[in-house]
Amino acid sequence: MTTTDTVSAAAPPADPPPQPLTTRDGIPLKVSLMRALRREKMRAMLLIAPLLLFILLTFAAPIADMLFRSVENGIVSNTLPRTVEALADWDETSGEAPGEPVFAALHADLLIATEKKTHTRLGSRLNYEASGMSSLFRKTGRRAGRMDEAEPFKAQFIDIDDKWGEIDTWQVLKTFSPPLTSGYFLNAVDMELTPGGIEMKPESERVYLFLFARTLFLSLTIMGCCLLLGYPVAYLLAALPARTSNLLMILVLLPFWTSLLVRTSAWKVLLQQQGVINDFLVWTGIVSDAGRLVMINNQTGTIIAMTHILLPFMILPLYSVMKTISPSYVRAAKSLGATDWTAFWRVYFPQTVPGIGAGSILVFILSIGYYITPELVGGTSGIFISNRIAYHISSSLNWGLAAALGVLLLAAVLLLFYVYDKIVGIDNVKLG
Amino acid sequence: MTFKTLLLASAATAMMTTGASAIDLTIVSWGGAYSNSQNEAYHKPYMAENPDVNIINDESSNEAVAKLRAMNEAGNLTWDLVDVLASDAIRLCDEGLAMEIDHDEMLAPAPDGTPASQDFGDLIVSDCYIPQIVYSTTFGYRTDVAAWNGKEPDDICDVFDLETFPGKRALEKRPINNMEWALLCDGVAKEDVYDVLETEEGVNRALAKLGTIKDQTVWWSAGAETPQLLADGEVVMGSTYNGRLFSLIEEQDQPVKMLWDAQVFDLDGWIVPAGLPKERLDAVMEYLRFATDTQRLADQAKYISYGPARESSAPLVGKHAELGIDMAPHMPTDPNNAKNTFLFNYEWWADYRDDLDARFQAWLAS
Amino acid sequence: MTESRGAAVRYENVQKSYDGETLVVKNLNLDIPPGEFLTMLGPSGSGKTTCLMMLAGFEPATHGEIFLNDSPINNVPPHKRGIGMVFQNYALFPHMSVAENLAFPLQVRGMGKAEQEEKVKRALDMVELGGFGSRRPAQLSGGQQQRVAVARALVFDPELVLMDEPLGALDKQLREQMQYEIKHIHENIGVSIVYVTHDQTEALTMSDRVAVFNDGVIQQLSTPDELYENPQNSFVAQFIGENNKLSGTVTEVSGTDCKVRLDDGTELAAEAVNIEGVGSRTTISLRPERVEFDTDQSMDNLVKGSIEEMIYLGDHIRVRMNVAGNTEFIVKVRNRGQRRDLRTGQTVEIGWAASDCKALDAVA
Repeated sequence: MTTTDTVSAAAPPADPPPQPLTTRDGIPLKVSLMRALRREKMRAMLLIAPLLLFILLTFAAPIADMLFRSVENGIVSNTLPRTVEALADWDETSGEAPGEPVFAALHADLLIATEKKTHTRLGSRLNYEASGMSSLFRKTGRRAGRMDEAEPFKAQFIDIDDKWGEIDTWQVLKTFSPPLTSGYFLNAVDMELTPGGIEMKPESERVYLFLFARTLFLSLTIMGCCLLLGYPVAYLLAALPARTSNLLMILVLLPFWTSLLVRTSAWKVLLQQQGVINDFLVWTGIVSDAGRLVMINNQTGTIIAMTHILLPFMILPLYSVMKTISPSYVRAAKSLGATDWTAFWRVYFPQTVPGIGAGSILVFILSIGYYITPELVGGTSGIFISNRIAYHISSSLNWGLAAALGVLLLAAVLLLFYVYDKIVGIDNVKLG
Repeated sequence: MTFKTLLLASAATAMMTTGASAIDLTIVSWGGAYSNSQNEAYHKPYMAENPDVNIINDESSNEAVAKLRAMNEAGNLTWDLVDVLASDAIRLCDEGLAMEIDHDEMLAPAPDGTPASQDFGDLIVSDCYIPQIVYSTTFGYRTDVAAWNGKEPDDICDVFDLETFPGKRALEKRPINNMEWALLCDGVAKEDVYDVLETEEGVNRALAKLGTIKDQTVWWSAGAETPQLLADGEVVMGSTYNGRLFSLIEEQDQPVKMLWDAQVFDLDGWIVPAGLPKERLDAVMEYLRFATDTQRLADQAKYISYGPARESSAPLVGKHAELGIDMAPHMPTDPNNAKNTFLFNYEWWADYRDDLDARFQAWLAS
Repeated sequence: MTESRGAAVRYENVQKSYDGETLVVKNLNLDIPPGEFLTMLGPSGSGKTTCLMMLAGFEPATHGEIFLNDSPINNVPPHKRGIGMVFQNYALFPHMSVAENLAFPLQVRGMGKAEQEEKVKRALDMVELGGFGSRRPAQLSGGQQQRVAVARALVFDPELVLMDEPLGALDKQLREQMQYEIKHIHENIGVSIVYVTHDQTEALTMSDRVAVFNDGVIQQLSTPDELYENPQNSFVAQFIGENNKLSGTVTEVSGTDCKVRLDDGTELAAEAVNIEGVGSRTTISLRPERVEFDTDQSMDNLVKGSIEEMIYLGDHIRVRMNVAGNTEFIVKVRNRGQRRDLRTGQTVEIGWAASDCKALDAVA
C-alpha cells in the first residue's frame, strides 16, 4: 500500500518560525493581510447592510418591544403620580380605605389627567384587572372639575361612586402602581396578582394554560399528519422522472395559490354535516342520516385544514433532501441482502432524517402561530393560543397580556428547539 | 416630440393630478355590501359635488381599534374617517384615539331645524361618536324543518327549546348578547338583566342556560357565517346581523325567516381619529356634514336594510334600489319588528367585557 | 485460498427494452464459467450496464432467462440472489461507520455479533484498512472508500461480485493501482467477477475475458491479447487500442490471405478476417507500432507517405503521416536513438507484414 491516499496520516509541520513574518518593508504580515482584506470586508458588509437593517427593524425591534410591553406598566404612576406617592403610606391590609391626603392627591392628578384625557385610558388599563374601573374613571373624570375644593375630597369622591370608598378599588390601584408589573405574565399562566400575593385564578377563569397545552398538542398532531402524508409524496416526487414530478409538484403547491377563504369554504363544503363527504357516507349507508359525522368546527376540522395548508412545508424540504439521495444506496442495500423494508428503514430513512427535521420544525412553528384557519374551522375545541393573542391585540386592546402570551409562546418554541437540538442535533437539519 | 417636451408634458400631467387643490380622504369601513351602500349613498354624490376630493376606501374596520392605536403610537396617522361599532367608539374615545365631536356645531340640523344632537337623540353614546345606522343582532330560522311539525319559533326562548325545535343553532363566539338572551330565558326580567349579570351567580346562571344548548351550537366569529350555515342546512336557527338575513331571505330567496324577538340594537357610525392636521380635518368635517345629513342617511337604506340613526330620516326611507321592495318593513326599527327589543348596554359592557370574556372563553374551552 | 468458489452465470437469449420501441440489449447469450473475471466493455449506451443490472436483479429482462449456477433467477428478488456489488460511486451508507457498513450484509443475514466482528475485521485487513473501522465514509479518501466498497461486496462471501465502473471517480494513478489490487483480490479468493467499464486499458489489465459491447450486441468475446491482436470487426479494432484505418476493395482472396486495393490505387496484402469476398468493400486495420520505417524489400507491404507532424513522447515518437490519402495515419517509432533524421514534410517509405494488417468489415 502506498501513501498516496493516506494524506490524513501526514507528518506534523516543522517547528513554527521563531519570529513573526513581515513584509519586505517591515510591516508585520498579519497587519498587511488585514489591510488587504479590509476593502473586501467593507464591501461584504455593505452588501448585507440592507438586510441587516431590515431584520433589525422588522424582526428584532418588534420582539424587543413585545418583551418590554409584557412587563411595562408606567401608565398608573404617570397618570396619577401624586396618588401613587400618597398611597405608599397606606396599609392595604388595614381593612380601611385610604385617608383624605390620598383623595386630595387623586383630585389633583385627575384634574391634570382629564385635561390631557388620559384618565379614561387608565380606566381601560385597570379594567383588565378589575371590572368597573373603566366606567369609574370615565364617570369621575367628568365630575372632577366640578368638585368643591373647600370640602373634604373623600366624601365627594364617594358621592360620585361608592367604589371610591371600597378597599378593593384601592388595592388594585396600589398593586398595579409600580412601573413594571408581573401581572400580564401571571395572567398569561392563569394566575393573578392580588394584595395577598400571587394566586391561581378561580377554576372558571383559567383558560391560557389549557390553550397552550392544546396548541402544542394540535401542532404536534398536525406535524405528524403532515409527515405521514408528505413523506410518500416527497418520495414519489424524488423518484419520478422530471416531467411527471413537475406536474405533481404543481399539485403540491396548489394550496399556496388558493386564497384562504376559498380553501376554507371548500373544506366547509366537504366536511360539514350536510356536506359532500357526509352525504356520500349516508348515501352509501355507512352512517345513518341522524349519525352524520362532525368533522368541522372542532379539532378534526383544524387538523384537516391546517395539514392541508402546511403540507407543502413538509414536502419541499423532504423532497430536496430525498432528491440528493442516490438510488444506488437502496440498490446497494438490496444487493447486500436487505429486504425492501430493511433497505428503506436502515438505509433510506436515516438519510432523510435531516429533511424530516427541517420539515417538522417548519410545520410546527408555522402551525403554533396560526390563528385564522383555526378561527374559521376550529369551532371552540380547535382554537389555538394565537386566537387569544389576536383577540387581545385587536379586540380587547390588552396588548400587555397579548405580549406576555406571545413571549411565552416564543419561549416554548425556543425550549422545543433546545430539546430538538439535544435529541437530534440542530445541525442535522437540511432544507436542500 | 422631443424627449424634453415629453418630460415637460408628463411633469405637467403629474402636477395636474396631484395639484394643490385636490385632496385624498381615506375612509375606513367594513367592506362588502355595507361599504357599497356607503359608496352609493355618500361617496359618489359627494365626489360629484366636490371634484377635488378623492375618497379612498379602506376595508379595515374590523381591526380599526388596534390599527388606530398602532398608528397613534407610531405617530403616523393615515386614516381620515373610520366607521366603527359603538362599543369600539367608546373604547377609542377612552383611549384618546378619537376626536370629541360637538354634534350641533359640526353636523347639519334636521330639515325642520331640529339640532343634530336632538335628531340623533340618545344614540350618541359617546362624545366622539356620530351614529349612522341602527342594526340589530337577531335570529333567523329555517322554515322547512320537518322535525318541528309545522311550528315556527316566535319567542327568543325557543332558541333554548331543543324539544320543540330540535337542530343546531349558530351563536356568536363571544359573551355579548348571548348572556343577555340566556338570562332572559332563564326568567330574569329585562330591566334586571345587567344587575344579575354583574354577580357571580348571574354569570353562572347565564352560562348554565347556554350550557343546555352548547352541544347543539356552532359558534361563529364572522357575520357571514350564519347565513351560510342556514343556507347549507347546517343549522336550523342562528343569530347574525339583520342585514345579512335580509339579503339571505330577499336577495337569495332562501327558506328562512327572521325571529326579531329580543333583537339587540347596536349602532354603527363614524369617529374622526384624534390628531388630524387642520387641512385634512377641515376636509373630513365638510364631508361628514354632508354624509350624515337627513337625506343621506335615508338614502343608505335603499341599499341595505339598516335603519338610519336620525329620527328625521325615517319617513324618507324608500324602496330597495334593485329589488324595488319597500324597505321600511325590513328595518329593525319598524314597529312590527321592534315589539320586543334590547339596547346594547355599552357602558356596562365596557366595564365587564374583559372579565366576562375570560369567563366565557374558559367555559367554551372546557 | 485456492479452491474456486465462484458462481457460473449464463445469459440465454436475453433481450431488454425500456420503452417497447427499441432494444437496448439484443439477444444476449453469454456463458461465464466459475471463477472468471469477465469485463463488459463498451461505450456508454451500448447495453453493458443494463446487462449487469439485469444480473443484479434491479432491471427485469424483457425476454430470455438468466441462470446463476444453472438455476433461473429472473423471479428471484435482488436481496435473495446473494450477489455482491460495487457501485460507481461506492454507495457506502453515509450514516454508518465503515465497520457498520461492512457489518450490514452480515446483520441482515442474522449472523451473530462475534462472527460479524470477526468477518468485518478480516475484510478490512484484506483491503489494508484495519484501523479505519470507526470512521465515517466521508472521512476517507476516494481510494479508501473504494476499498471499503470492495470489502463490503465481499464480506458476506458471495460467489459472484458485480462491479459497475467502480474506478471511474479516481484519478489516473490511483485507478491503475486499484486495478492491480482488485485483480489480486480476485486471484486470491477466486470469486466470479463481472466488471463493467468503458475504459479499455482497465479491461485489458484485469480481465480473464472481455465482452466488447456495442449497440446492444456483444461484438467480440475474447481474452485481452486476442482482442488486441485479432479483432473480429472494425468496431473492436477501433475501440481497443490505437488503430489505423484504410478503406479499399477486396481484389483477391486465397485462404486467409487477401489483396486489397485502396481508394488511391495502392495494393496491399492483408489477412482476411471479416470480408464478404472479392469486390466487397473492406476496412483495413493496422496497429501503429507494427509499421516500420526501416523497410526491406521482403516486407509484404511497402507504401510511401509524407510526414505531417511529429510528437516526441520520450519512450517513443508519434509520427502522423499522410498515407494513401489518410492524413491521420499514425506510426509509433520506438526511441532507440536512431532515426533522428525524420523531418516533417519528408516523403518516406514505410512497410509492414500482411499478418499485422487485418481486412475487416467496411465502415462508412
